[in-house]
Amino acid sequence: MSNPFTLQNKTILITGASSGIGRATAILCAEMGATLFITGRKESKLNETFTNLSGSGHQKLVLDFENEDAITRLVAAIDQLDGIVHSAGIVDNVPFQFIKQKALDKIFNLNLNVPLMITRDLIKKRKLHSKSSIVFLSSLVGVGKTYYGATSYSASKGAISSVIKVMALEMATKKIRVNSVCPGMVLTEMVDNLEAISSNQLKKDEKENYPLGYGTPEQVANAIVFLLSDASSWITGTNLVIDGGASIH
Amino acid sequence: MELAQFVKDFELQFEEVEPNSITPDTIFRDIDEWSSLMALVIIAMADENYNVKLTGDDIRNSKTVKDIFEKLKVK
Repeated sequence: MSNPFTLQNKTILITGASSGIGRATAILCAEMGATLFITGRKESKLNETFTNLSGSGHQKLVLDFENEDAITRLVAAIDQLDGIVHSAGIVDNVPFQFIKQKALDKIFNLNLNVPLMITRDLIKKRKLHSKSSIVFLSSLVGVGKTYYGATSYSASKGAISSVIKVMALEMATKKIRVNSVCPGMVLTEMVDNLEAISSNQLKKDEKENYPLGYGTPEQVANAIVFLLSDASSWITGTNLVIDGGASIH
Repeated sequence: MELAQFVKDFELQFEEVEPNSITPDTIFRDIDEWSSLMALVIIAMADENYNVKLTGDDIRNSKTVKDIFEKLKVK
């Protein structure tokens, strides 16, 4: 019997694979049989992910998407794909009245423009097979549950959760599926960088708002693998909430 | 960097406190308007006005306005 949950014979691009959800997704995808093309900003950390990938034939490329030529370099290096996971992204935590144009531009560039442009170029150059699956990393904040200081992050993720529906609609003729995952709080390096939030506030938030507690990168990776696999072949344009029950309230 | 100016900047972030009612020794958690959002506002104000990045734990480990100023000074 064929297993619809496998990623055998699929080649998948994962950005932001050097840490957090991107890294956990890369490791799991390889375990499920995929051949990977991974990117990340920090070489040593990307190498760490790379050496942890099971199977063979994987490729890696160190890329900082703040550099103008990064997308061109990436698209040129890729041959053919069956899936993309856009997990490169940043977070910011500044109250609305203090937001800065520069910071807003940066977060929109990295969280929205870059994944869209990568996808556009791969499609234009016909590097995505029919029946490919594209997974964006949105967030619980992208679908309406938010918190203090999340103006720019919410705005960029809200845009992602909205645009996947348009892309899903337009790409259905190519049999390409487009979905997002919307995780609640997952303690990763990205969250560690949110220094404005104290460790005590996080503990309180977990206790009060998360029936199943905070999540792990691996728990989000499981859902991403599902969306990449043929098991989800009738799912497109969906924002899949993964939040330990946080949005029940 | 002056304590008096910082206390003024700190007070300016609040809507409902009387002018000049906040002093260096004010226990900021006792201000009615204090909240986790105000903690973020103070961090953002320190960044904007003083170019210093305070952390949530800096605020958490402070008791008075002066305590925050002392953390600001050594960064």
